[in-house]
Amino acid sequence: MSLRLSLAGLVTGLTLAVSAPVLAAEGAPKPPAQSWSFAGPFGKFDQAQLQRGFKVAKEVCANCHAMNLIRFRNLSQPGGPGFTPSQVAALAASYTNIKDGPNDAGEMFERPGRPADAFPAPFANEQAARAANGGAYPPPIDMLAKARTYTRGFPTFIFDIFTQYQEQGPDYIVALLTGYAEPPAGVTLLPGQNYNNYMPGHLIAMPKPLSDGQVEYPKGADGKSPVPETVEQYSKDVAAFMVWMAEPHLEARKRMGFQVMIFLALFAGLLYFTKKKIWSRLPDHASAH
Amino acid sequence: MSGHSTYQPKTGIERWLDARLPIVRLMHDSAVSYPVPRNLNLLWTFGGILVFMLVAQIITGVILAMHYTPNATMAFNSVEHIMRDVNFGWLLRYLHSNGASMFFVAVYIHIFRGLYYGSYKAPREVLWILGVIIFLLMMATAFMGYVLPWGQMSFWGATVITNLFSALPVIGETIVTFLWGGYSVDNPTLNRFFSLHFLLPFMIAGVVVLHIWALHHVGQNNPTGVEVKDVKKDTVPFTPYATIKDLFGMVCFMLVFAWFVFYQPNFMGHADNYIPANPASTPAHIVPEWYFLPFYAILRAIPDKLGGVLAMGGAIVILAFLPWIDTSKVKSMTYRPIARQFFWMFVLVCIGLGYLGAMPADEPYVTISRILTVLYFGFFVALALIGIFERPAPLPTSIADSVLGGSGARLGHATAAAPQAKG
Repeated sequence: MSLRLSLAGLVTGLTLAVSAPVLAAEGAPKPPAQSWSFAGPFGKFDQAQLQRGFKVAKEVCANCHAMNLIRFRNLSQPGGPGFTPSQVAALAASYTNIKDGPNDAGEMFERPGRPADAFPAPFANEQAARAANGGAYPPPIDMLAKARTYTRGFPTFIFDIFTQYQEQGPDYIVALLTGYAEPPAGVTLLPGQNYNNYMPGHLIAMPKPLSDGQVEYPKGADGKSPVPETVEQYSKDVAAFMVWMAEPHLEARKRMGFQVMIFLALFAGLLYFTKKKIWSRLPDHASAH
Repeated sequence: MSGHSTYQPKTGIERWLDARLPIVRLMHDSAVSYPVPRNLNLLWTFGGILVFMLVAQIITGVILAMHYTPNATMAFNSVEHIMRDVNFGWLLRYLHSNGASMFFVAVYIHIFRGLYYGSYKAPREVLWILGVIIFLLMMATAFMGYVLPWGQMSFWGATVITNLFSALPVIGETIVTFLWGGYSVDNPTLNRFFSLHFLLPFMIAGVVVLHIWALHHVGQNNPTGVEVKDVKKDTVPFTPYATIKDLFGMVCFMLVFAWFVFYQPNFMGHADNYIPANPASTPAHIVPEWYFLPFYAILRAIPDKLGGVLAMGGAIVILAFLPWIDTSKVKSMTYRPIARQFFWMFVLVCIGLGYLGAMPADEPYVTISRILTVLYFGFFVALALIGIFERPAPLPTSIADSVLGGSGARLGHATAAAPQAKG
């Protein structure tokens, strides 16, 4: 095996390997990158956005999708949407049919919700959800922001380490929610299918869930909502809320991360100079001083 | 390298204990007075870093096990319970999952360092083989650990990898049934993987003890590959010289580790593993964790299932035979102009294979994987041949000479230009 030959083969191989995914990705457009308040090393959730996102999730998404990893009490936890404990208690109590039991008589019974309860799921099980949705299963949305992504490709995924870009999930969710379109010529939809620009394969069972003005946002002092009540705004808000649902301790993590990085950097610096000092004590060095 | 013990018990208690169990003497001899070559560079801190990582993984793992439920219907939610409700559970879990990745980052640097400086050559063959055994145990541990969250990649990764054993003739099917505890990956599989995932790290710790014992018996290799000739001139005591340097390397490594844990905790994972395992739905692409990708690419490069399994196993096992494959007497590739080029090519081949392992099994990836697989094994053939005709560069006469420049005659000159010890 000659060196030159194998080097040539290697270079060709790597060039091909690098150029190929670009070709492969041409089928589906990459979701556009949104600007998120929780991105970057100092990222924090926008409380107002999380509250709006929760409203969209509760009034629209939760009709079909479960989000039962979330408990009502989570909504008043630090680093979250910032509801007050009394708001949370009132919200929980508004769900009057939480199943509990058995009681002393051995009966299951229904009671109003408590902050410790999980957010009620719309269907008892996957089969019930499928039966009600034409055979398609609306997946739970509490983890979707981390469970959905798109291929970043080489070399972007290496740059992501340094830019800390990791919002593929919410970017994809916004693209999907705003990506409904008429099918192009030649694509015929079967009943229960919808066309979406960003869905892998473009066919999605979920009908377009949001429309402008569908969810009423809290009004500002002038009697108008401070943000537009549009599909795009709803999508961003609910995607931000989904990130919080998937990663409720994100703020605490990033805050602690900064403290840890500062500590380790200082510690490393001190160790470096200590090491230099100690090694300068070697007899050869001493004689040179 | 372990010569006469310099430990002097100072107090009555120390003398009393030393006469009965010389454990303090053992620690003193192996971590204080133990002589290390004075020219070790920062690549030699990765041994210490790996010990740190093993301990960190065991500590975080034991605590995670207190909150985790190894049951197919509850495992996924118990991990989410850790992430959401356990105090600092998110920290423990991200430390542990990213810790596995960083463990492999460190071990790959450690292995490539050994390759470059010929650390596998006599008298370090057993030390090297113990290292290969640790590497294999690590792979088994990491694989089983990845199954525990019981997400889609956990489940399907486990299905694909355990199925590989069925390629073995006669015993294959039986082995797979034993691994599964049934006829498919299911709750019994998760149970035994959890048990083994808890057990194996302690087996690793045991082999690490042997690894360090062997190391301290034969002494460390060094960037010149020239053995220690004069302990006084060529070496420095482990403490404080190596301890402070190892500590510095470790903290630098922790900076990288912390970057991922706190800022990019899911960078090295796969999004599909946040979807609960579903035996009825196969993910579009089943990919193992990144540290298995080069071997996964070799597996898929061979059109025959058994052939692929043997090639994948062979790619790891061949490392154990390296001391006898490499025919060169010179250890360090610093002095081996031809072998050195092949070494760097080998590094690129491994990275290339890693990339291909993450790609779907389509053209042109399959063909390139085949070329790179041939090049992977070609490296070992090359090492066997190069040693015969390669003319190495002249070696320094001793470690001290390589550090102090030439014969060391400059030592007496009281000038600021006196060369510093590298490191």
